[in-house]
Amino acid sequence: MPGAIYAEGLVKTFGDVRALDGVDLDVPEGTVLGLLGPNGAGKTTAVRCLTTLLTPDSGKAVVAGIDVLKHPNEVRRSIGLSGQFAAVDEYLTGRENLQMVGQLYQMRAKEAKARAAELLDRFNLLDAADRPSKTYSGGMRRRLDLAAALVVSPPVMFMDEPTTGLDPRNRQQLWEVIQELVAGGTTLLLTTQYLEEADHLAHDICVIDHGRVIARGTSDQLKARTGGERVEVVVHEREHIPTASEVLRGFGKGEVAVAEHTRKLTVPVTGGAKLLAEVIRELDARGIEIDDIGLRRPTLDDVFISLTGHAAELTDEGGAEGAEGTDAQTRTKSRHGKEAGK
Amino acid sequence: MSTVTDAVRGAGPRPAGGIGQSIRDSLVVAKRNLIRMTRIPEMILFGLVQPVMFVILFTYVFGGSMKIGDTASADVYKNFLMAGIFAQTVTFATAGAGAGIADDMHKGLIDRFRSLPMARGAVLTGRTIADLVQTALTLLVLAIVALIVGWRVHEGFAKALAAFGLLLLLGYAFTWVGALIGLSVRTPEAATSGGLIWLFPVTFISNAFVDSTQMTPWLRHVADWNPFSATVQACRELFGNPGVSTSSAWPMQHPVWASVIYSVVIIVLFRTLAVRKYRSATA
Repeated sequence: MPGAIYAEGLVKTFGDVRALDGVDLDVPEGTVLGLLGPNGAGKTTAVRCLTTLLTPDSGKAVVAGIDVLKHPNEVRRSIGLSGQFAAVDEYLTGRENLQMVGQLYQMRAKEAKARAAELLDRFNLLDAADRPSKTYSGGMRRRLDLAAALVVSPPVMFMDEPTTGLDPRNRQQLWEVIQELVAGGTTLLLTTQYLEEADHLAHDICVIDHGRVIARGTSDQLKARTGGERVEVVVHEREHIPTASEVLRGFGKGEVAVAEHTRKLTVPVTGGAKLLAEVIRELDARGIEIDDIGLRRPTLDDVFISLTGHAAELTDEGGAEGAEGTDAQTRTKSRHGKEAGK
Repeated sequence: MSTVTDAVRGAGPRPAGGIGQSIRDSLVVAKRNLIRMTRIPEMILFGLVQPVMFVILFTYVFGGSMKIGDTASADVYKNFLMAGIFAQTVTFATAGAGAGIADDMHKGLIDRFRSLPMARGAVLTGRTIADLVQTALTLLVLAIVALIVGWRVHEGFAKALAAFGLLLLLGYAFTWVGALIGLSVRTPEAATSGGLIWLFPVTFISNAFVDSTQMTPWLRHVADWNPFSATVQACRELFGNPGVSTSSAWPMQHPVWASVIYSVVIIVLFRTLAVRKYRSATA
């Protein structure tokens, strides 16, 4: 049986650009799918197709058991949309915004009013309820935006980069709200550029690039694909890099990646903490002063780099080039990843 | 808090679909736009300053030298002018509607609306209704200013009201043109200038500010058949103001009918196009 969000072979082209190039998704009821990818990968286009805002050129989409292409208005009753493109009116107060959205979900004025009050309370916006939302802080606006998506307690939620641009404290708060929602049985599709966010919130992760799903699985499964743990060393003096590199090569199970300007060396290893102790002793014996050393499990960042050949945050061309020029480590890893992935 | 939830859930949604939902949704959106207007009072103010300035400039700068029929008198021109200024003012609502809708697209509000189970045309209808209310307020203030500078009606209150009705209908029709422009451009700024530029030829190649019988023949034909001229001519008739054109063109002979027909055709045509555009709109 297909999940609460199901897509098969979604294709959407804008002129010559294939924004979606055959995307399949299946999100079981009550779970969170993290759609991960850089800007322009097709995440937002996928969400727009699934939320009836765009009609795909071909493919099939079913949300909450309803065919999106055949019955868009029925789908709209069962979904909530929040994030970078579903905004609130900045000149209306928080309360007016929520009441308006409630009424447009076809609630009676009185119900919409009661529901707005309830949501303002739940999202800790009561004090600011009667101020134009223009005066809200970034975090408050996101909370209002999320509240607007939850007016009818929809069984399926879509959140497009819900925490982009938020400070860590607000991000943490929003994560807690999202986790509460999912605990209550809501199915959620979340797009994000923050790998940490997908790691934290999503049961399953789809990595998308150039309109195609290039990997899917749980966070652990994806990390396992990138290989095991690594030792990471930051040496104090730049002159010590060659010697440290030689030491690490002796212990490692692969090539040593070196980031010159941060004086950081990384090598894949097996053997865990015991090996780490040996590395420290050896470096000490050679008189190499170290600023930092640790055993590092692969993060989703590593996964992303190895799958796509570029870091997630570095999206525009200039940024990516700049990063490649300065960070040898990224380059080494990405080359490895591409080979391993194929 | 749980009792509130139960009350909300128990009541259930309103029945969906139909003309009732369209009207309700449009009014919800209209209310939203009217609230916005009260929060941005400077927009209303600027909307007023411009036509009031036109009244004063045209009356006192052009007044003495403009020939209406066979007379060149400031007093005659003043009474001739007002119908033209009123009509020009209502058409300028186009730019406001266009800019507002482009801004909503830009900010992502149109996406929010399009993800809601609401009536298709309601976002645009609500916007045009709100603009109509603003236009009515502007007209009211302008009429008072006109009376102060010496404009008078001579055919009674009922006919004057009918003239204002035709003006509002024309203004409403033009907001649909504005809606289409707003949906078609990329930025609110483009919508503002794009919404204004074409209005200058439309309002100037007409009988609004000069006696069209004194134009070169081909230009006079354009002016006589200009939908905008029909409303101006109808207003002059209904107000009993001087300068009613004696042209034999059908819209000039039957200006009230022509005005209604033109406005309704514009509404039907541009509403259809705008709603179609809205359905595929992307930010």
